[in-house]
Amino acid sequence: MDRLKVATIWFGGCSGCHMSFLDLDEFLIDLADKIEIVFSPVVDAKEYPENVDVCLIEGALCNEENLEWLHKIRKRTKAIVAFGDCAVTGNVPTMRNALGLNNDVNVLDRAYRECADHNAGIPNEAGIVPTLLKRVVPIQEAVHVDLFLPGCPPPADRIKSLLVQVLEGKSPVLEGADLKFG
Amino acid sequence: MAAITLTINDKQVSAEDSQTVLNVAQEQGIPIPTLCHLEGVYDVGACRLCLVEVAGVNKLLPACTTKAAEGMVVRTESERLRKYRRMTLELLFAERNHVCAICVANGNCELQTMACNQGMDHVRYDYCFPKWDMDLTHERFGMDHNRCILCTRCVRVCWHIEGAGTKNVAGRGARSHIITDMFQPWGTAESCTSCGKCVMACPTGALFERGSTTAEMQRDRTKLEFIVTAREKKQWIA
Repeated sequence: MDRLKVATIWFGGCSGCHMSFLDLDEFLIDLADKIEIVFSPVVDAKEYPENVDVCLIEGALCNEENLEWLHKIRKRTKAIVAFGDCAVTGNVPTMRNALGLNNDVNVLDRAYRECADHNAGIPNEAGIVPTLLKRVVPIQEAVHVDLFLPGCPPPADRIKSLLVQVLEGKSPVLEGADLKFG
Repeated sequence: MAAITLTINDKQVSAEDSQTVLNVAQEQGIPIPTLCHLEGVYDVGACRLCLVEVAGVNKLLPACTTKAAEGMVVRTESERLRKYRRMTLELLFAERNHVCAICVANGNCELQTMACNQGMDHVRYDYCFPKWDMDLTHERFGMDHNRCILCTRCVRVCWHIEGAGTKNVAGRGARSHIITDMFQPWGTAESCTSCGKCVMACPTGALFERGSTTAEMQRDRTKLEFIVTAREKKQWIA
């Protein structure tokens, strides 16, 4: 049987969810027989492939680049998993929204002008620094999300619980200790 | 007080006619989810989590403020109720800025626990991201409006257990919020006795002891129970 094609990506988050994924420890070795990581910050692929079975998305949507990737991933992936609280709820990155619902300008003002000791000015390199979205939102506000894996970060056991259910062909249900924000 | 008989989830139960549906259900060990209900203070039906179906009534009724009546037929679990409970919870999360990961009440929060118990794995509504401030002017306690669900437990314990009347609700609709005295900083509210009952009563991380950090805020409700028992039954049981 072909191995399940799994991708992971890291948007506006702290990479803690990916760290938690690596915390699966020896289960990663079992997993290697059943899944193929086709795209991820932990592998070297540069382009997101076609026909991916499952993509774990960490982080909230913060900038145009996140959004472009998300739409590309949606087109090329069967099941999208909102991986961790930032993807599910927006979590800490959404605290930027306290600066207003259209905060793409004033958040940069706050960071690079008001708080700057030297060289005050907003970094602007077209094609290099992605444009911020007006506000930070969880990924399900932009595309259809198939599965939700909350937690900050989701503990390795919870990730395992979800992946095992996916590999068994079930439609995964997280409950009890496996369903908790924060 | 007269004895009455009503039916909850196909089970016939006896009650007194002064009791609420919630009260009867709890005595019978029938779980009804609640958030604004707090033992020892009167109920206001603010959170709508305890909605139940009553035969012959089209709308859903809050169990905490609905009096039990002779022959009443109540249902506490149904697809419709689960749908509305989940919707209510999602709206509570979408209305303010609840960031569990960095909240003082993480792991000790009734809203968080309720969401998990009701199977809420995400919020289907767009988050509002309203602008709310924190009040850190009191020397011992803090109030973070971002985490408030307007259950008014703090207002009720302040008025009816402590008798201070410091806390109130101001504003309307989505801009409703808890205030102290004449809408002034908590630290300058002269009626506040700094008793901390509001902090003990709060279901979320909206009221907290200053200096507590993420996941540190645990409530001690036994102190409220102690006072209520002492007052109502004249029993000083620690």
